[in-house]
Amino acid sequence: MIQGRVWKFGSDINTDLILPTPVIFKPPEEQPRWVFSANRPGWAQGVQPGDVIVAARNFGTGSGRPAARVLKDLGIACVVAESINGLFFRNCVNYALPALECAGIHDAFDELDVAEIDFERATVRNRRTGRALAGRPWPLSLRRILEAGGLLALLRTEGYLGPVVESGTVGTAPMAGP
Amino acid sequence: MGLTMAEKILARAAGRARVEPGEIVTVEVGKAVLIDLSFVPTSFLRSEILRVKDPERVVIVFDHIVPARDVQSAEALKIGREVATRLGIRRFHDVGPDQGICHQIIADYGYAVPGTVLVCPDSHTCSAGAFNCAARGVGGPEAVYAACTGQTWFRVAPTIRYLLEGAPRFAVSAKDIFLHIAGTWGDHVNTNVEFTGPYAAAMTLDARRTLTTMCAEISAEFALFEADDKTIAHVRARTSEAFEPVAPDPDARYEDVRTIDVGAIDPMVALPDTVVRNTRPVAEVGDVAIHQAFVGSCANGTLDDLAMAARVVKGRRVAPGVRFIVTPGSQAIYLEALRRGLVRTLTESGAIVTSSTCGACAGLHLGALAAGEVCVTASTRNFKGRMGSPDAKVFIASPATVAASAVRGRIVDPRELLRRKRPARARSASAP
Ligand code: SF4
Repeated sequence: MIQGRVWKFGSDINTDLILPTPVIFKPPEEQPRWVFSANRPGWAQGVQPGDVIVAARNFGTGSGRPAARVLKDLGIACVVAESINGLFFRNCVNYALPALECAGIHDAFDELDVAEIDFERATVRNRRTGRALAGRPWPLSLRRILEAGGLLALLRTEGYLGPVVESGTVGTAPMAGP
Repeated sequence: MGLTMAEKILARAAGRARVEPGEIVTVEVGKAVLIDLSFVPTSFLRSEILRVKDPERVVIVFDHIVPARDVQSAEALKIGREVATRLGIRRFHDVGPDQGICHQIIADYGYAVPGTVLVCPDSHTCSAGAFNCAARGVGGPEAVYAACTGQTWFRVAPTIRYLLEGAPRFAVSAKDIFLHIAGTWGDHVNTNVEFTGPYAAAMTLDARRTLTTMCAEISAEFALFEADDKTIAHVRARTSEAFEPVAPDPDARYEDVRTIDVGAIDPMVALPDTVVRNTRPVAEVGDVAIHQAFVGSCANGTLDDLAMAARVVKGRRVAPGVRFIVTPGSQAIYLEALRRGLVRTLTESGAIVTSSTCGACAGLHLGALAAGEVCVTASTRNFKGRMGSPDAKVFIASPATVAASAVRGRIVDPRELLRRKRPARARSASAP
């Protein structure tokens, strides 16, 4: 069971807001603090591990960049939205970030309500109001990728990928910004 | 009940007679295309690819950060080159004459094979649907998975069919038709789109690709055209692979069928930050002064687009204080634009013609915006911060509108400039 404070977002929240382009080139451990720096400066600093994002339509629209990974690294336990962009959803599967499509979710929560999520059954309950909604559950094949810790972990286990290279060796392009 | 184009391709790739919307299917991947960002260690792949299923079905294209924009990019490109050599990947598009933006390369080299599945990390991969190919951006890990195993999965989506009828007004292009769709119907999340009808058949392959590429902006899954003689001739000339296109069954099941009279559409503009329900005719945008104009990207870096931009600026000057940047979709297009005198016309007008790269489209290099600046762009995306500072404003329009705006220094309807030049066009039409 996932239980977390809810942060609310509207429709069409895009990947460039989640992970701004210049941040893609920063060391992965520095990336999470830039999430939503253009539209909600300071927000990432207030997120606690286990928090949940509740959004309206078309969450994660945009590019193939690892926006799901950076939300996971920030500590987001689950994204629940009226609808989720197909590419972003696939990245959620592959980076092992629970994400549910759930009709009516946006109106069922206020900011900082607590969501109780049974991910396997895809049910989401608002602890304050008691209201429960049913989302679209993940099929077993996708849950397996999540449980394996994501697709890259799976590829490593199956011998397609070598070990993780430590990020100390990766670049640190300068970035202007907030 | 019949099948849509996407359903037919997925069924075939899954080795099944039919598939139903809602189910998850595992499919054979015809081509897995990796890009330079695949090798940027901070992006996702902090490990080596040890083996791939079939190097002949893997393509590597360098596009986002070429020529290397900094040392980090240079290191990533170096890793990519090493991977291509070690895994024996012959279809490798490094900086040089066969380099370009991946979706343009996929089109130009016949990697988009009708009736097959193609995947790539990049979101605009739906572009290849113009060639009757079920193509989809799948993100970094999945593209590597597809290269390694030769397979991927899709959730079969319902389909919306667009019937394009009529003939477009003067100076109205595929980009305007897309902006009309995005403004009228908004997002198409978890939905395929099919484009059919008399105008779909009349469109050039370049124009079809503009339309399918832009479908990433409305979160469509697959965006497909039928394969006609134009498509088949194009692909046959570029690949020895046998292929079998798909057409929708007459009794295919659609979530909606929408008829568009393309003759009723005026030049359109998307206002800053999104195209979704955020577009209007140029005439309704008001007086918007610009600092930068851009024609390029996987959607609008085609020869059609460069020719249109050149036609608009021919014999005119880019307005003082405006940077007009033009980026061909591939080096082959650059070369052809040189041959046709388009590069010269553009450069004489004051435009900058760059090498082929994603560059300005994603604010990566060659044309990022400062805070407070305004850009009108014939590229794909205008999210906040997309082309540089989050405090810049980015409007999206067609190449004709962008070029006309570059000349005027404000966003204008291109017909205002083009109409006055009709005699000149008649002369240039007879030139070789
Ligand atoms: S041109 Fe722009 S939209 Fe197209 S692949 Fe490159 S960055 Fe993405």
